Amino acid sequence: MSAAPAIEQDRTGGTGHVLSLRGITKTFGAVAALTDVDLDVARGEVVAIVGDNGAGKSTLIKVLSGVHPQTAGTITFEGEEVTIDTPADAQALGIATVFQDLALCENLNVVENLFLGQELGPARLDEVAMEVKSWELLRELSAKIPTVRIPVASLSGGQRQTVAIARSLLGDPKIVMLDEPTAALGVAQTAEVLNLIERLRERGFGVIMISHNMADVQAVADTVAVLRLGRNNGVFKVADVTSEDLVAAITGASDNVVTQRSARRGASVKGESA
Amino acid sequence: MSDVDVKPEPTAAKVATDLQDERLSQGQGLSGAISGLGSRIRGGDLGVIPVVAGLVIIAVVLQSLNSRFLSAANLENLLLECVPVGVIALGIVFVLLVAEIDLSVGSISGLSAALLAVFYVDRNQSVLVAILIAVGAGVVIGFVYGQVFNRIGVPSFVISLAGLLAFAGLQLAVLGTKGAINLPFDSALVKFAQLQFMPAWLSYALVIAGGVGLFATGFARAQARRKASLSAQSTVSLAVRSVALVVVVGAFVAYLNGSRGIGYMFVFFLALVLIMHYVLTRTKFGKSLFAVGGNAEAARRAGINVKRVYASAFMLCTTLAAIGGVLAAARLAAANQQSGGGDVNLNAIAAAVIGGTSLFGGRGSAFAAILGILVIQSISNGLTLLSLDSSYRFMVTGAVLLLAVGLDSVARRSRASSGRA
Repeated sequence: MSAAPAIEQDRTGGTGHVLSLRGITKTFGAVAALTDVDLDVARGEVVAIVGDNGAGKSTLIKVLSGVHPQTAGTITFEGEEVTIDTPADAQALGIATVFQDLALCENLNVVENLFLGQELGPARLDEVAMEVKSWELLRELSAKIPTVRIPVASLSGGQRQTVAIARSLLGDPKIVMLDEPTAALGVAQTAEVLNLIERLRERGFGVIMISHNMADVQAVADTVAVLRLGRNNGVFKVADVTSEDLVAAITGASDNVVTQRSARRGASVKGESA
Repeated sequence: MSDVDVKPEPTAAKVATDLQDERLSQGQGLSGAISGLGSRIRGGDLGVIPVVAGLVIIAVVLQSLNSRFLSAANLENLLLECVPVGVIALGIVFVLLVAEIDLSVGSISGLSAALLAVFYVDRNQSVLVAILIAVGAGVVIGFVYGQVFNRIGVPSFVISLAGLLAFAGLQLAVLGTKGAINLPFDSALVKFAQLQFMPAWLSYALVIAGGVGLFATGFARAQARRKASLSAQSTVSLAVRSVALVVVVGAFVAYLNGSRGIGYMFVFFLALVLIMHYVLTRTKFGKSLFAVGGNAEAARRAGINVKRVYASAFMLCTTLAAIGGVLAAARLAAANQQSGGGDVNLNAIAAAVIGGTSLFGGRGSAFAAILGILVIQSISNGLTLLSLDSSYRFMVTGAVLLLAVGLDSVARRSRASSGRA
């Protein structure tokens, strides 16, 4: 991890965290999707959010990206309490998001999607500069996209994922959030995305990543925050936590369906070898 | 991929940044441009080709039935007839792009015509004030539509259906007991719509300026792209395109100049279409219209103020409808209870769709309005020349609309299978 400059440290309000959530609660009618969730992200830190289906991971991302503002709780960004009511607010702060459904416009081409909402030269679009920058970004991600002038409708799932990630890097973000960034990707592209996450960390971004893939989490994350039924269920340093501990935290018990299964398998393997 | 065009590996020459992928088949220069067009058409990206082909067929059929159809006098009249509903159709393109609809454009144009006549003739205001009031009414109506749509969430179909009734009623109320108001024939507005034609020298100058402008912008863009080491259109194909434009349009203009020439009102319409084309293709606002029509939630998450985009689309549409109403009144030299009624509404929507604007949002262009209205007015004009009554006109226009949308649906399937959205 590269040391962040001292001046930048001051802007975090002395805590060292670029983003701090305290007591975030989000209810949809009678359903509490998030209850009292805390989360801290430092510069140059990769925080993985893990949890079972319905644990509130995507809701947390949507709160931070301004899609669904929180019902209660505070968000502190660079030492100042902020409100994020719209996606434009999140963008203005420097919180970029890659959504699970990617949120691309299929009728627009790659360049138009990359620069959607932040086009260069509002009254007279600078197509050349945008195309050059697009190629730059895509090359940086080793994207396998033959041409940037085709509609996103004709791209494969992995290519779309790359476009969505490339888009999040425009506009100089400070925090990049990735919702299941590797779910749709092939082996090589997954490795590329993991490399990319490490590059983001080296450049001093805070990265929040949601993943179901424990291998990916343990490969790149510094910190793992576990959510269970919309509540915090432990924050672990990746260096000193095992996969079993994480599974226990995710499912809420050390005696869970995963351990039972592996115990059963272990027993049957022993039985066969005997 | 078996059908990859194997390009000779350029040894010394640098390959443009956007052509480096080996899976990409793209020719160079003029022949490349032509073969690229061919593969686009096979892929279902038909663009304006079906409409232009349709126009040629209509022209040939109607000319063979009545030799006056293609006479210069008839064509220049036909062009002027296109303008009022064409302007309204241009507005429809904007609401269709964001996947909404406005069914009240006819009533709004009628109301605007009535307001113009009442303030100009009955209240003795200057023509400019009367026009501002009429168009201002269109702006206000669009603003109200946008607020009702955004804040209450009533579907645009219902809002504009309510508007269709309400503004038709308001038009009757504004006209009062008289029911019809004639505009003085010597007023500048009526002259503009009926009598003023461009002098021949000016029409040729504009055609040449258009050709030069097309070449200059194309060349400047190609230079900028080469400088940024991107692929660019060859100068030859740019020149061919511009010369073709000048020759084709120039010949048409010369033919019309044999009679009275091109009416100023049509030039106004053309300028409006070109401005809107620029807005749609070269501005941030234009891109946001396409984005909202393609995927409104994605547009919102990209930080676009989706509500403002909807409101602007409604306002542009109603404003253009009001301008269309003013022009219709000027063309007729009167506003009456039938202004904006009848088939104005459906012709405007049909024109936008026939011209190639998708009813499902996110696809379309400003040129759709001009091409679509040319088709509709040609049919109407031709059948009138044949002394056939409106019953045939309605049936033929309906058939053409179905044909156009059917063709678009087939093309969409073909696009989907060849990956062109």
